[in-house]
Amino acid sequence: MKVSELVEKFELNVYSGLSGLDREVTGGYVSDLLSDVMGNAAENEVWITLQTHQNVVAIASLKDLAAIVLVKGMEPDDDTLERSNQEGIPILGTPLSTFEMAGKLFVELEGSGA
Amino acid sequence: MSIELVFHIAGGDFSNAGKASSHIKKVLKQLNIDSKSIKRIVVAVYEAEVNVAAHAFSGQVTAQITEHHIEVVVSDQGPGIENIEQAMQPGYSTASKEVREMGFGAGMGLSNIQKNTDELSIESRVGEGTIVTFRCNYL
Repeated sequence: MKVSELVEKFELNVYSGLSGLDREVTGGYVSDLLSDVMGNAAENEVWITLQTHQNVVAIASLKDLAAIVLVKGMEPDDDTLERSNQEGIPILGTPLSTFEMAGKLFVELEGSGA
Repeated sequence: MSIELVFHIAGGDFSNAGKASSHIKKVLKQLNIDSKSIKRIVVAVYEAEVNVAAHAFSGQVTAQITEHHIEVVVSDQGPGIENIEQAMQPGYSTASKEVREMGFGAGMGLSNIQKNTDELSIESRVGEGTIVTFRCNYL
């Protein structure tokens, strides 16, 4: 599944990083601790978080993550937007809570074939 | 083959944390180093950069890239580490409230470095600074 399909399916806001919308999504990771993501997230996963500063883009880029989803209507900082456009990593947004967003994504990616 | 890369890090400058790891990642990719090794190296270098930004006044990352391994030396001028054994324990952190609110400072940095390297040594003098040296052998 592509990031753009997730955007459509879950009516996500696209804040930035449009050039990465055709990235392939193979899973998700949920954490607000940056070292946890650094140590444990895997390539092509979507990262669900409430952190809005630019280091999330640095980490997503280093880990080759597919996209970042900000929860509860949180918006990225200006320098986060800029960096996301440079790196081509989409920053998406949802009014949903982390629990709800992760649940929907899990069902979509892992639950359907179970 | 041996390539040396040097990066400077200013204490407190989180906006540039990741510059060294990102550059090293690019160089290793160009050299066709296997992606599993690159992933490990990137985690270790990033965590070391963040440690300097979070705790020290200034620091330097020097990476020696050879055909078979990379050796990274991260030296800083800073408060030093009083008890290295304690600092290595997952979850132990002396990070400030501000740093923790950003999602850093969870006490996972040094253990992430250890997990992703083949050799690691830490030398520290309280009141002077810390030198973290690690090596990753490619697969």
